[in-house]
Amino acid sequence: MTSSMLFNITTFTYLISTIVFFAFLASKNKSVGLAGSLIAYSGLAIQTVAVALRWKESYDMGVGHAPMSNLYESIVFFSWTIVLLFAYIDIRYKYRVIGAFVMPFALLGMSWAQLGMNTGIEPLVPALQSNWLLYHVITCFLGYAAFAVACGISIMYLIKTVAEGTDSSASAGGLMSMFPPLKVLDDLNYRSIMIGFPLLTLGIITGAAWANYAWGTYWSWDPKETWSLIVWFVYAAFLHARITKGWVGKRAAWLSVIGFAATIFCYLGVNLFLSGLHSYGGGAR
Amino acid sequence: MATTERSFITNVWDFFCSLKLTLFLLISLALTSIIGTVLPQGALPPEYVAQISSTKLQIYTKLGFFDMYHSWWFIALLYVFSLNLVSCSIKRLPHVFKFISEPTLVLGEGQRNSFSLKQEMSYSGPIEKGKERLLEFLVKEFSTPVITEHNGEYHLFAQKTAWCRLGVYVVHLSILVIFVGAIIGSLAGYKGYATIVEGTSINAFEGRDGQQMPLGYEVLCEKFNVEKYANGSPKEFRSTLTVLENGKPVPGYSQVKVIVNKPMTYKGITFYQSSYGQANDPSTFFFSVKQRATGKTEQIALRPKNLTSLPDGRTATIVDLTDNPGEGMAAVIGVSEKGGEPKYFKVLKNYPTMDDMRGDSLVFIFTGTDAKQYTGLQVAKDPGVWVVWLGCTLMVVGICIAFFMSHKRIWVVVSKGHVRMYGNASKNQAAFQMQFEDISEKFQEIKI
Ligand code: HEM
Repeated sequence: MTSSMLFNITTFTYLISTIVFFAFLASKNKSVGLAGSLIAYSGLAIQTVAVALRWKESYDMGVGHAPMSNLYESIVFFSWTIVLLFAYIDIRYKYRVIGAFVMPFALLGMSWAQLGMNTGIEPLVPALQSNWLLYHVITCFLGYAAFAVACGISIMYLIKTVAEGTDSSASAGGLMSMFPPLKVLDDLNYRSIMIGFPLLTLGIITGAAWANYAWGTYWSWDPKETWSLIVWFVYAAFLHARITKGWVGKRAAWLSVIGFAATIFCYLGVNLFLSGLHSYGGGAR
Repeated sequence: MATTERSFITNVWDFFCSLKLTLFLLISLALTSIIGTVLPQGALPPEYVAQISSTKLQIYTKLGFFDMYHSWWFIALLYVFSLNLVSCSIKRLPHVFKFISEPTLVLGEGQRNSFSLKQEMSYSGPIEKGKERLLEFLVKEFSTPVITEHNGEYHLFAQKTAWCRLGVYVVHLSILVIFVGAIIGSLAGYKGYATIVEGTSINAFEGRDGQQMPLGYEVLCEKFNVEKYANGSPKEFRSTLTVLENGKPVPGYSQVKVIVNKPMTYKGITFYQSSYGQANDPSTFFFSVKQRATGKTEQIALRPKNLTSLPDGRTATIVDLTDNPGEGMAAVIGVSEKGGEPKYFKVLKNYPTMDDMRGDSLVFIFTGTDAKQYTGLQVAKDPGVWVVWLGCTLMVVGICIAFFMSHKRIWVVVSKGHVRMYGNASKNQAAFQMQFEDISEKFQEIKI
């Protein structure tokens, strides 16, 4: 069994889980929801084994390094953290529907990685040969995953406000009754960001520490650095919006969605559209 | 007149204390920062200048868009940001201190209704005895209360981790500490670049604006090596450096290996491996040549366009030098019999045993050239960096206090006929609710 086969199985498992969660939304059948969660967890377990196996395979090839060194590996790790965080929220807060809004992110990541990218294990270029890589990538991606979950929850919040605003109690008792109450969604959004924000902060700090160690400048306004700061500003705005009158609820939900859009741009857009020091897997700097 | 002046000052003060300004600033910083990630910063590449219209170029330059993070308006935003931060803290900190040091010990009737966490039980005994019993209970289950007698009632107030309300201010302070560190770095630090050819030394480097900056000592580059993976991608760039004071190597700073991610620091100045290149074209190529029959080996030097005679009387010259990925450096040699046509073959530097397979009576091993490499080093000194790390540490600690700790308070009011308990937490009310329910169950059970 190779890691790449296991990653394919993982992708397929996330696809099934997403479909089952959508069926759960439509049917409101509790056991369908449970099935969705269990499938997601087994996917998580398979992916964990796959990541460990890929790590070992890199050592077998003589280029041993943690599997977080290029765009492909980072996306796989990103999907893994999203599902991990969903599992935490599912078990801790018992709001299973969130799966229908969070698992698609994990599925999207895995499918793109498996179908659209070079999956080969590459040796580390000199710039990436540092333990800081591990600390930096892990903190950043845990943060990103928390923001992904917050974004999913905010989308639910916005859908629910629209639904409650337009049609009255009759159909609001339908699909919308599956969604946690607005107050709970708002609170879960805040909690996810309370996990994500410290991690992003640590991610930026470890990145700065690494940059300082590797080339003597902790901050050089390179596009990736700047975008991570932009993301940080948006979530700082979110945190302050909550304690300002008139900014809770809908506006906070929008800020969370915008924050995640900025996160995705920071992660992918910068590599695709802008140039800088960070071009993942782009060889030596 | 005096009153309008007062109100003007109050208005300015309120403006700087407002959280709406904070939101405006955070969003403005986020939006304006985008400019510098889209437009080139610093020295403009000529291709960019050629493609942009001159009016645009002029406007952008005027607005400082090509060095926007140092432009007057971006710095001004950061100043207002700091002012906002300081004003907010000045306004709120005294309240917070007061809140911590002078907590509400007595709950008025009106306040009591506002609690979501409350528990009540009837009690007909003497209130003195009830007070003593509940004091004991709170000490055991929560924390030591302060007891106040008021209007014939006893109010017991107990709290935990009140100081965590200061966490937010630690975060805010940390931002200012980081700014201070950055300012120290920009005033007292410098950055530059040095190139050292193998075997030579430097005593100065080139600063940002091109002028030579003295180091105060010498740095000698003994050697520069590039190591590659089997697939040809680079594995390691390594400079071997020696620090010289008065021409003598400094103990502990001799033959230091500097690679990417492993700099060398001497007297506060740090040298980072950054680039490399060839200082001159090779003119001489060195080989060891083994006679297959006898095993005798000789060192020879070949030069392009020059014929060098070999141990067996033939002549050889270099016709080409290649450096392909996966193959590494290789020389194409032409060997000819006296007056005959040359025979060409390739000798790879990374595979010294390969020429054996050619089957010729002479076996060539490519040992190197006389070309010198130079190493490119980033040179930096930043005395403010420790202040920045202090600020970062404060920030992480502050965020953890602000998010993951909670100020928990319990009031117990003992009066004729009942005992009532109220609870409140500054963060994570749900978790405190469980603790409160647990305590109130025990509260119901105690015999007073
Ligand atoms: C102009 C700048 C800023 C001002 C004036 C400001 C002001 C404030 C104020 C007044 C509070 C409420 C404190 C309370 O609960 O009594 C607060 C909370 C907070 N601020 Fe700031 N702030 C600023 C920038 C920042 C930044 C850049 C960060 C980024 C780390 C930050 C992090 C926080 C956090 C984590 C909280 C606690 C929020 C919560 O408990 O949900 N602040 N800020």
